[in-house]
Amino acid sequence: MKNLKYLVLGVLFGIILTKSEVISWFRIQEMFRFQAFHMYGVIGSAIVVGMLSIQLIKRNRLRTINGEEIKLADKKYNHGTWIGGTIFGLGWALTGACPGPLFAQLGSGVASAAVLILAALAGTWTYSALRERLPL
Amino acid sequence: MLELLRQPWPWYVAGPLIGLTVPALLLVGNKALGISSSLRHVCAACVPAGIPFLNYNWRAEIWNLWFVLGIGLGGYVGYQLLGHPDTIAISAETVRDLKAQMGLTDFSGLLPRELFALENLANWKGWVFLVLGGFLVGFGTRYAGGCTSGHAISGLSNLQWVSLVAVIAFFVGGLLMTWVFYPMMF
Repeated sequence: MKNLKYLVLGVLFGIILTKSEVISWFRIQEMFRFQAFHMYGVIGSAIVVGMLSIQLIKRNRLRTINGEEIKLADKKYNHGTWIGGTIFGLGWALTGACPGPLFAQLGSGVASAAVLILAALAGTWTYSALRERLPL
Repeated sequence: MLELLRQPWPWYVAGPLIGLTVPALLLVGNKALGISSSLRHVCAACVPAGIPFLNYNWRAEIWNLWFVLGIGLGGYVGYQLLGHPDTIAISAETVRDLKAQMGLTDFSGLLPRELFALENLANWKGWVFLVLGGFLVGFGTRYAGGCTSGHAISGLSNLQWVSLVAVIAFFVGGLLMTWVFYPMMF
């Protein structure tokens, strides 16, 4: 089953998010109020390790386990980058969760996370429906 | 060892492990870490409604849904099986401010019950925190083309300036909510 490896990586990712408490609304408030280093440490060190890993992959032209060339797509800018980004930020501070933590919260047994995920799906659906009429 | 795993993990353990997810996904299948796309795939699979942006072969991206299912299972393992404190040890200043500014009294669990309990859907608080909050997360991430994982971690790791703009915007939004809109609500 070729998708099993993504399931396993997802489980590990979910455990890390949960055990480091970044799925907690309280931790996100602490971050936006600049009252602890925890969240900055988690995100910052994740970026540093990710950056070093990508440099290693690029410099050594590493391939996937199936021998494919590793390709990284460039992110494209449009006005949605900052408008949508700000909208997400407002929601991030309200819910105390970005999409990954929402799924981890649901698994941890927080019933409200089901409502948050349904609302997030409604948000994504509404964006999709309005997309052509929004500034890009 | 198990006792150590059962404690909350410090940032210098969790952060690097999250960072390693980026090369792990690339090496096992050429996939870029990103979670908010899963919301789009679910919309495309369940309610495409003839919307062009939802009309694509979501099955080709099914790995993402398996990854997200894994995150949910990981939440169960990490919280229910590996133990958790009743109250998260946030800083004393945050506790003080949340009490004084938002009137919170119950600091147990992952989210404050006083804001997120399902019964709150009977009043404005529940609608703002549960429904509007979730909606803005789903709307904003797709509009921005990614969330904390796709832009902050994956994008910045690959030195994408677009992701830097996005992450700054995430913070502008979060700070506006925390410092401007919360004081207006409470």
